[in-house]
Amino acid sequence: MRHRQAIALLALVGLFVAIYLWLHALGYGGPIKCGTGDCDTVQASPYAVLFGFPVAFYGVVGYLGILIVAIIGLRPAALGDRRWTLLLALLATVGVLFSAYLTYLELFVIHAICRWCVGSAAIITAIWIVALSALRRPALPTSPETRTDPVA
Amino acid sequence: MNRFYVVLAAVAVVLAAAVFGLLKSGGGAPAAAAGPPPTVTDDGFRGYTQGSADAPVEITEYLDFECPVCATFAIIQMPTIKEQLINTGKVLWRYRDFPLPIHRYARFASHAAQCAGAQGRFFEMHDQLFANHQWAQTGRDPSSLFRDLAQRAGVNLDEYDKCMSEGRFAQRIEFSRQEGDQKLVDGTPTFYANGTKLNFRRLPTSDDFKRVVDSIIRVSPPKPRASGARQ
Repeated sequence: MRHRQAIALLALVGLFVAIYLWLHALGYGGPIKCGTGDCDTVQASPYAVLFGFPVAFYGVVGYLGILIVAIIGLRPAALGDRRWTLLLALLATVGVLFSAYLTYLELFVIHAICRWCVGSAAIITAIWIVALSALRRPALPTSPETRTDPVA
Repeated sequence: MNRFYVVLAAVAVVLAAAVFGLLKSGGGAPAAAAGPPPTVTDDGFRGYTQGSADAPVEITEYLDFECPVCATFAIIQMPTIKEQLINTGKVLWRYRDFPLPIHRYARFASHAAQCAGAQGRFFEMHDQLFANHQWAQTGRDPSSLFRDLAQRAGVNLDEYDKCMSEGRFAQRIEFSRQEGDQKLVDGTPTFYANGTKLNFRRLPTSDDFKRVVDSIIRVSPPKPRASGARQ
């Protein structure tokens, strides 16, 4: 349960990072707050748009999906069901691979680093690690008490 | 379990407020540099130039940094023009600002180039603005990107920020635009050879300029000089 709670919290943070980047990509809020990074260089590159949508949009969809799955997996009836853990690990793996591809583009193609993108990469990597460690743990007992305990 | 959802909701509220705050404090292009000045005075500046001051032909280009055709011309044609005409001493190329009103950040980009020019980096900034021209297609506020480009162009950012925030060259840019109006500039880029407007039916190539320059050199009329020219 703690794993899914941790994943839900991390996905929530990642969701808002992606929402900020998405809204900026749509033209809201003026220049991006980036500190010492090169966020605008990254956002203005041709790689900032994928299949007609800003890359951040896929982040919003991905984090929202992970958040929803984690919350559904936290229902008492689902706590003992390892399929939700498996699904979270699967989604996180897709996210990590996508994030690794974007980081590669930043480092070796665009030659600029966006600290928001680095933050998002760290969040999805943390989600992936938590999801994998949850997969390695034995399944919770699925007794009726466990499934229906509202404060479990 | 319920406590967790309360924590989750509280975190969501805090994050939403943080994102709202970030968007709200967006700042953006300083109005002094992005908009037309209330008054216009002539500071004697007549554009940055490339080439020999003794070149027999002077080409003046009225350009808009947000104009995609200007970017195409700068990237595709200018390297050959520099090699064949400017570096060989045949042409003095003069850059004049003509920010079109339909382009939201054209004046701002001109101002960024002028602020870089004040530090001796006009041409580096000119190249950065055109080489990274995606900014002109996004419609997003490019002020942060321009700072990045200025940094890449070797510009001191503290001085650049000061120059941009006070709109130091807004009047100079507007003077150039009004000068373009008087010369009947009707689009960008528009070119003049020794003061005569060149009417191309399409975006000119380096070969077009070579023909024009060679024909002028053959006839060799005296070249009128713009006063106050700087390089």
